Amino acid sequence: MALTGLFLVLFLVVHLAGNLQLLAGDGGRSFNEYSHFMSHSLLIQTVSKLNFAFIILHVIYSLWLTRQASAARPQGYEGKPALQTATWSSRNMGILGTVILLFLIVHLKGFWYELKFGSAPSITYPGSAEPLHDAYEVVKAAYSQSWYAGFYILSMIFLGFHLHHGFQSAFHTLGLSNYRYKPLIRTVGTVFAVLVPLLFALIPAVMHLQSLGY
Amino acid sequence: MENQSLRLKLRVWRQASAQAKGNFETYELAAVPVHASFLEMMDLLNEQLIREGKEPVAFDHDCREGICGMCSMYINGRAHGPQRGTTTCQLHMRHFHDGETITVEPFRAAAFPILKDLAVNRSAFDRIQQAGGFVTVNTGNAPDGNAVPISKIDADEAFMSAACIGCGACVAACKNASAMLFVSAKVSQYALLPQGQPEHRDRVLSMVEAMDLEGFGHCTNTGACEAECPKGISVENISRLNRSYLIAQLSGGGTSTGTNTE
Repeated sequence: MALTGLFLVLFLVVHLAGNLQLLAGDGGRSFNEYSHFMSHSLLIQTVSKLNFAFIILHVIYSLWLTRQASAARPQGYEGKPALQTATWSSRNMGILGTVILLFLIVHLKGFWYELKFGSAPSITYPGSAEPLHDAYEVVKAAYSQSWYAGFYILSMIFLGFHLHHGFQSAFHTLGLSNYRYKPLIRTVGTVFAVLVPLLFALIPAVMHLQSLGY
Repeated sequence: MENQSLRLKLRVWRQASAQAKGNFETYELAAVPVHASFLEMMDLLNEQLIREGKEPVAFDHDCREGICGMCSMYINGRAHGPQRGTTTCQLHMRHFHDGETITVEPFRAAAFPILKDLAVNRSAFDRIQQAGGFVTVNTGNAPDGNAVPISKIDADEAFMSAACIGCGACVAACKNASAMLFVSAKVSQYALLPQGQPEHRDRVLSMVEAMDLEGFGHCTNTGACEAECPKGISVENISRLNRSYLIAQLSGGGTSTGTNTE
């Protein structure tokens, strides 16, 4: 969980950095050129295959862990504690992960599949030789629907909670935490879990408002 | 407050034997002194049951001083009850209120099979301990005090880990029924001291292997174990165990002086 999770954390950073160009305000040119570069770079394409593999591994391993846990306690407790001793996110990573997986399916269908196999419009910028996929237009059309933008923003909240436990937990599993570094890992993890989903959510929020003419 | 007493309703897990099917029974206690410990309250219940000609509730207990790790019980959804940092024997009835219904269950884990009622078999911990929780020393005269220099920080951390009484609350509280806090504390108390170094890698590998054999779940770092531990054993021990295990695995297993070198 830790190794695959940390890889996916790194992926989030790169993905976010690229996507923030959607808000560049240049009619989508920088985003389209970036998207063209990403889909034609051998390195990025290899890493993206790896990314898919890690997502699948992350899911399979979580299912195995869940099975182990129910085998280790076949009969549960009846008593419900008045005060929980572990954070909500740490106890519900499975639920959070399932929502994120659903989001990923919608997300890949909407953008990745559309651009790769669908009929995405093309655009030719002055000064560039070949026409590029107008990825910006696909994103813009998607985010103009309020349910779509809303679903994205909601999913980012789930991602935030997932990261809140996952980030620091990964360091713990790899044995990188100790009395000295634990507070630092926790702080960085919390900041990451708030900041990254917030910036991601900002994209559909802003683009939806733009579509409404704000 | 001086001589106050409580009227309580108890929902207690009753199970005649390991194989029998268990169920909750409800009992009423008319006057439980607030100064009674939880175990003394259970004694009152058993005296009442004996007077009524019924089978008393079986539960584990020994020193009743909070140091032996024998008492267990999952009280109102918490291992060792609602108070932090105490065993069930050190939990007093003043933490409950008049008329309250208290649910009492055994520690539940496949690796801790129920023997009878609230008593569970925790010998899985003994077998893990036997797999590597020891140091080998030469016999002879007692070594001079302070002959082996140990830093104050290491000594304190080792002592904090050694405070584990092996009660199993960590397993009971963990949503995965994982024994990682126990095992990591037992590994750490030696890992931090020079006396524990020769067998360190063997110890980590053997104890983790023994833990897996017993059928405990895996650690997902929820931290419920630390919160419920009557001795406040830190989850940082788990990180230390993970680190040691990784290093022992990568370096190809045991050390030359180890007991289980393959």
